[in-house]
Amino acid sequence: MADGGDEPEEAELGEKQKKEIAMWFLANAPAGEIQYVAKDIKSLLGDDGVYETAASEAFPVYNKTHLVSLEMPDRSGNVIITRFGEIDESNYLDPRTAQVATVDHIKQVCSNLRPATDEELPSFYIEGFRSALDAELCKYVDETYPKGTCAVYCTKGKDVEGPGSGFEFTVVISAARHSPQNFCNGSWRSIWKVEFKDDLQVVELNGSLQVGAHYFEEGNVQLDSKNECNDSTIFQSPEDNAISVMNMIRHHEMEYMSSLEASYLNLPDTTFKDLRRKLPVTRTLFPWHNTLQFSLTRDISKELGIGK
Amino acid sequence: MEEALDLMRRMSPRQSETALSALLALLPHQHTDLLSQVDLPLQVVPDVDTGKDFILCEYNRDADSYRSPWSNRYQPPLEDGTLPSSELRKLEMEANEIFAIYRDQYYEGGVSSVYIWEDDEKGGFVACFLIKKDGAKDGGQGKRGYLQEGAWDAIHVVEVGPDEEGTARYCLTSTVMLSMTTNNKSSGSFNLSGSIRRQMSLDLSVADGHLCNMGKMIEEMEGKLRNSLDQVYFGKTREMVCTLRPPPEGIQLRLPEN
Repeated sequence: MADGGDEPEEAELGEKQKKEIAMWFLANAPAGEIQYVAKDIKSLLGDDGVYETAASEAFPVYNKTHLVSLEMPDRSGNVIITRFGEIDESNYLDPRTAQVATVDHIKQVCSNLRPATDEELPSFYIEGFRSALDAELCKYVDETYPKGTCAVYCTKGKDVEGPGSGFEFTVVISAARHSPQNFCNGSWRSIWKVEFKDDLQVVELNGSLQVGAHYFEEGNVQLDSKNECNDSTIFQSPEDNAISVMNMIRHHEMEYMSSLEASYLNLPDTTFKDLRRKLPVTRTLFPWHNTLQFSLTRDISKELGIGK
Repeated sequence: MEEALDLMRRMSPRQSETALSALLALLPHQHTDLLSQVDLPLQVVPDVDTGKDFILCEYNRDADSYRSPWSNRYQPPLEDGTLPSSELRKLEMEANEIFAIYRDQYYEGGVSSVYIWEDDEKGGFVACFLIKKDGAKDGGQGKRGYLQEGAWDAIHVVEVGPDEEGTARYCLTSTVMLSMTTNNKSSGSFNLSGSIRRQMSLDLSVADGHLCNMGKMIEEMEGKLRNSLDQVYFGKTREMVCTLRPPPEGIQLRLPEN
């Protein structure tokens, strides 16, 4: 037969292409696996300069996409790496503790902490709504996600001083489980945009939920699921708002979880069956011992009773 | 090489083509090694003579042409393309015919191809059985109406050793690659994709016929692979989801009563 694909491209890859390949692998690493991918790709490249350029570009993107959460050095909690709290590429706001954390994207650690300045924080009026929602969110996340971290960011109108203008929060929930010794990793990410529309006196909710799981003991199987949902409620006091917004989030996330369960339950009898049945349509194993006869008589449909 | 294979089992199986071509570009001197250890989704083209679909793979490729199992001709035509001996070609034709029936019974559709060639090193022969199934083909949603996208590719390579006192050694390496997506407004998109590869070897009596021996091994292996994907691999990802967000107490207990 054809003797392999031994026609190596003569031209060696340029540094730019190598960097792009490295970045592609890093950016597409499953949840919790970028360090392993980095180790592999570094050794395959055999060029630390190219690797470092690729890593310095790819890690920040990955950390933000995966909502990586890092413990803050004073142990006051975790800071989530997300564009919603991004001050600059290595500094991220933790709205709950009003601190700014400096992160090392490649090591995925938080190296320094400073109090946030007044300009980085929302007004007193906005903070009232934000902290009320954050308190409800923490309760929910604590009881729902064993390894969950969460935050509420003011993403629009943080300087609004009182009624009359709208503003927007972004609620982020990130839960990850890494179990490399069991060849299993996974993550749950929710991002909820909460728009407070002052003129219409409504609060609009837009959520995007994403769940991934990877099992790779002697194989490679991945779950990738996404959903979008929206809802709305009336504009109320900070405390009442917090409760109704959290009720909607709880409701939608619960529904999404049930739909995931339903998809798994449907798998064996419907979805998977469309690819390959467990048993042939005849419900007996294939009669391999009779095949000679089949091919001699060419009367296969009659023999198998599947009448074509 | 070890790193390349580690990357292949970390990247999403849905991106395996991109991942492999990136690795091939990075490791130009390890083309053969990589291609022998990593399987890619199969391609299907129609035979220009008979119109019947056949599957393209490394085993029916010579230069830039692929040999059709139906006409035994290369597409695009190739002057001196490698062909199996007439004895093996006879077995190949029979295998294609029987395997198509097998495929239809288990897959209710799909395309299959079998390629057989001499094993010059070990004195026996090698047979490659391929199946490609597009589960979302019927009416766009699959036969049962759930799939938005569904692909199943099976590659079975059987190395058959020389006949020694009536028995031969059969070494089977099987790979299954699959991807299925369901999508609807209320639950969003749900995709499971995966690839697994397993091997088994048996010494069997040649008296039953090579095709019968190989077929039984493949059937058993496919059943095992399907089962472990269904029970073990999908189950593990489901477990992971429930670890991330445990279902409220009580709900799990209610399920069996349904």
